[in-house]
Amino acid sequence: MNDISRNALPTQPLTWARVRPGRRIADRTLKVVCALFTALGAFVLGWILLMLLYEGGSALSLDVFTHVTPGPGTEGGGIANAIVGSFILTLLGIVVATPVGVLAGTYLAEYGKGSKLAEVIRFVNDILLAAPSILIGLFVYTLMVPPLGGYSGWAGGVALAIIAVPVIVRTTEDMLRLVPGSLREAGAALGAPMSTVIVHISWRAARAGMVTGILLATARIAGETAPLLFTALNNNFWFRPDLMGGVSNLPVMIYQFALAPYENWRSLAWAGALVITLSILALSVVARLLLKKDHAR
Amino acid sequence: MVALSERMSLSTMQTIRRAPKTTFDPLFRWASVASALLVLLVLAGILGSMVYGGWPAFREFGFGFITSSVWSVGKGEFGAWVAIAGTLTSALIALVIGVPISIGIAIFLTQLCPPWLKRPVSTTVELLAAVPSIIYGMWGLFVFAPLFARYVQVPVSSLVEGMPILGTILYARVPSGVGLLTAGIILAIMIIPFIASITRDILDQIPTILRESAYGIGCTTWEVVRHVLLPQAGVSIIGAVMLGLGRALGETMAVTFVIGNANRLSLSLFDPSSTIASRIANEFNEASDLHFNALLALGCILFLVTFAVLVLARLLIARVRNR
Repeated sequence: MNDISRNALPTQPLTWARVRPGRRIADRTLKVVCALFTALGAFVLGWILLMLLYEGGSALSLDVFTHVTPGPGTEGGGIANAIVGSFILTLLGIVVATPVGVLAGTYLAEYGKGSKLAEVIRFVNDILLAAPSILIGLFVYTLMVPPLGGYSGWAGGVALAIIAVPVIVRTTEDMLRLVPGSLREAGAALGAPMSTVIVHISWRAARAGMVTGILLATARIAGETAPLLFTALNNNFWFRPDLMGGVSNLPVMIYQFALAPYENWRSLAWAGALVITLSILALSVVARLLLKKDHAR
Repeated sequence: MVALSERMSLSTMQTIRRAPKTTFDPLFRWASVASALLVLLVLAGILGSMVYGGWPAFREFGFGFITSSVWSVGKGEFGAWVAIAGTLTSALIALVIGVPISIGIAIFLTQLCPPWLKRPVSTTVELLAAVPSIIYGMWGLFVFAPLFARYVQVPVSSLVEGMPILGTILYARVPSGVGLLTAGIILAIMIIPFIASITRDILDQIPTILRESAYGIGCTTWEVVRHVLLPQAGVSIIGAVMLGLGRALGETMAVTFVIGNANRLSLSLFDPSSTIASRIANEFNEASDLHFNALLALGCILFLVTFAVLVLARLLIARVRNR
């Protein structure tokens, strides 16, 4: 398009000279404002990352990764229990969410395609995708905390799973829909039952996209705080092997320590914030690279 | 591909030889139907637990629960108005600030951005969406709020002091940096990536030929955006905005950090307030009896409001997709 306009009209200034000043100014304003807004977004991201690197970086030390969180007024300490706790809760959440999410997404894309029920479920799933996470915390509290006799890692894992499921359902369905129908027909023509076609053809063809969805869901729940406040809680010890009585985790630890009056708690909160943000950003970058590589192939 | 088809034919040949009576097939089907139904069940469960748990509070205070602005744990009196007003105001501020910026970013990405810059800018927007909300809260409280107090609250307060309406709305009694406006600004930053990426997708779906014909009759970029793209995208951009609104209404951690968690109704945007989500986050673990029920009733109100907003958002976005 550029070539054509350049051939037709000799120079750029001449093109502009034909445009009324009012229109020219409106156009310039739009371009400058849009570019500024975009720069603002990049600036805020850069600012937040720099803040984390500065505050969190100066708080990092070997102790941070090897000691448990200190009690009120205790010197030193680390966040080892919170890191491991967060890892376990996230793993628990994703292990629960993956089968449910993948199967539900499979229903939407394969079995229920075009049915009324699938439409309703797709709609509800989209609502759940954006539902306030604190309400999910409240729901899991009433569902699991009093019945199990107290706060537990299990409740935290289920709360995170409920947040992860809609993400996985959505990406699984989207990715399965990209699989051409002729592949399925080829499988069916060989006499394979529907489940075999889905597992060995559809899933295999959509594998990279589905894994990306699961990784993105992991990134999403790893930093969730609100649903853990009333389910997994947080404490200053290693969790019990049965995960009852609360499991320390990074997000809630950061929330409590950042607002605390102790200097060492504050710096541990910054260290935790750096660790969790970098892990999440790395995870989401890897997830997207995976998808891009697969598409390029 | 070759390996795949080889394995396929092998496995199907075995199936045929063994007579195609398989228990896995119906099992798999039912498992996937059950998983899909579970999604429905979770949403119903959330609503059910809120209504059930909040019922005693609704029964005790009736309609006054929504209109009363008294929230006193000591006296056992609970009214939701301060939290409701705080939730709506902070979300509204977030939209007023966030929507123009989001649409600007979407226009930049789809219309103005040179190809080599597209990937980095998209990645930036995606990473902004991936940053956990608690990090926004820390940034807001420890970095943004002090700057905001010093360079905005103090000068503006002294400027408007004594003025009729502005003197109330923009006057900070204690310029600490936290408050409704700060919460609104942080929320705006958090919803920008969502609105921007959906708007970008919507703009990308508009047929190129419309754009090209507008340029062809000599329109400037501004005129193309204003008279071709925005009218075409119209309703679904409103849908994207509603989706952002839904996020802003329910956002918890970042708001809890920067809103100040005050319990009284104030007309000033600089004063601390609280939202439904921040109040639940702050008080739920210590609550018992009627306080507990009142917090669940707050959750119920939040659920109904966000549910309505999100349903509307989906309907608006879907309308254009189907066209």
